[in-house]
Amino acid sequence: MENAQPQHTNRHYEEDLRSLRAGLLKMGGLVERQIAEAIESLVSRDSDHARAVIKNDEEVNRMDVSNDEQCIRLLALHQPTASDLRFITTGLKITTDLERIGDNAVNICERALELNEVPQLKPYVDLPRMAEVAQSMVKDSIDAFMRNDVELSRQVIERDDEVDALNYQIYRELLSYMAEDPHTIGAATRLLFISKYLERIADHSTNIAEMVVFMVNGKVVRHMDKKKQ
Amino acid sequence: MVHRRAGKIRALTMADKLIVRRLDAWFKNVQALRDINLSFPENNVTAIIGPSGCGKSTLVRCLNRMHEVVPGARAEGEVLLDGENIYAPAVDPVQIRRRIGMVFQKPTPFPTMSIEDNVAAGLTLNRISLPHAERDRVIEKSLRQAALWEEVKDRLRRPGASLSGGQQQRLCVARALAVEPEVLLMDEPCSALDPISTARIEELLLDLKTSYTIVIVTHNMQQAARTADLTAFMYQGELIEFGDTRQIFTNPVRRETEDYITGRFG
Repeated sequence: MENAQPQHTNRHYEEDLRSLRAGLLKMGGLVERQIAEAIESLVSRDSDHARAVIKNDEEVNRMDVSNDEQCIRLLALHQPTASDLRFITTGLKITTDLERIGDNAVNICERALELNEVPQLKPYVDLPRMAEVAQSMVKDSIDAFMRNDVELSRQVIERDDEVDALNYQIYRELLSYMAEDPHTIGAATRLLFISKYLERIADHSTNIAEMVVFMVNGKVVRHMDKKKQ
Repeated sequence: MVHRRAGKIRALTMADKLIVRRLDAWFKNVQALRDINLSFPENNVTAIIGPSGCGKSTLVRCLNRMHEVVPGARAEGEVLLDGENIYAPAVDPVQIRRRIGMVFQKPTPFPTMSIEDNVAAGLTLNRISLPHAERDRVIEKSLRQAALWEEVKDRLRRPGASLSGGQQQRLCVARALAVEPEVLLMDEPCSALDPISTARIEELLLDLKTSYTIVIVTHNMQQAARTADLTAFMYQGELIEFGDTRQIFTNPVRRETEDYITGRFG
């Protein structure tokens, strides 16, 4: 695969590209952990933990700015072409998606803090499951990016349906709670929001996976029928 | 064969002004070009890129029979200008060079000649004698086309060497245009120019392509990306890839092209 490409004649260019790659990998890892910890703080009803996750988002934001700057620097100084150009423009988009995923983790924690103020509506079963799938999508989309792996990207894109299905299932379940007892509406709507945040996280991972396909093949698969992708 | 396929796609929409078929070229016994096949569509800018020594200058010099001027150099194969082989025995190379003009790497005005005489030099060399008014008209038209008129109209009798490098290069463009060629070959026309003069020449290329077919050799890949409709990548005397400039610079088909344009070479 592309990894076997010879190095650039310009060493600084090579190093700058490598450091962008490392920056995105690091950010991906941090964001992945943020999702896991956000859900953990929800399930364990640990408000301190939730506040720690929210605080950690500052680091995610710093990484976003630094990745962004790195991309702009590369574009300005090296006038990249072909696979380098696709790598850098993909990096520019991926960092935004990762930053949004980080925001979604923060949102989950904010709702968790509110939920911790009231008695637990029900045991959380589907939400952690959904979080697990969403988190695996983030991880795999970043892995696909690192390895130029189109096949793995396609798997990520397909897994988005699973998350959408779980989101719908959670919605129906919570709807029945609310219909039965209006007192549950406060907690149920917050859980609905969390479900939506996880669904958005999966969407952002899908965006990353689609960009990886573009980066490797130069083909745009966004906004396409899944079968055609 | 990538380049043939790409050539065909273009040929559906526009006429090919120049067609190169099975072209080989040598300097004594060193082969500089191997089996080159490609077409230059009319009213397009085609860039030829590749590392030093890849044969890009040799290729453009074969396009107007300038290659054979070098002692020991020869070419075999066909170059068709509007379907006629310029290497056919009856063809006069001087006539070909009038129809296919050339601008070189370094500005080459005749230093002692005045600006206007420089522009008219091609006419003189081609033994085209025009009435005074007509000659002045050709000089003005050529200088305007080369985007130089406004800068020199008040000093047409000053020597060509009194101009700046960028102006001298545009003077050479004007000189090439004065004999009303159909094709303009440019071999690294901006390599000796500052960025502003370079921008002027690039702008000029885009204006000129409405009336001419342009082939430009360049080491500056951004220049190829900015100015050319089509790009050919050459390596070691062979044509490796030929296609739409946008495709070549965003998603080239051949690994060699990718390595070259991304700077992973040698």
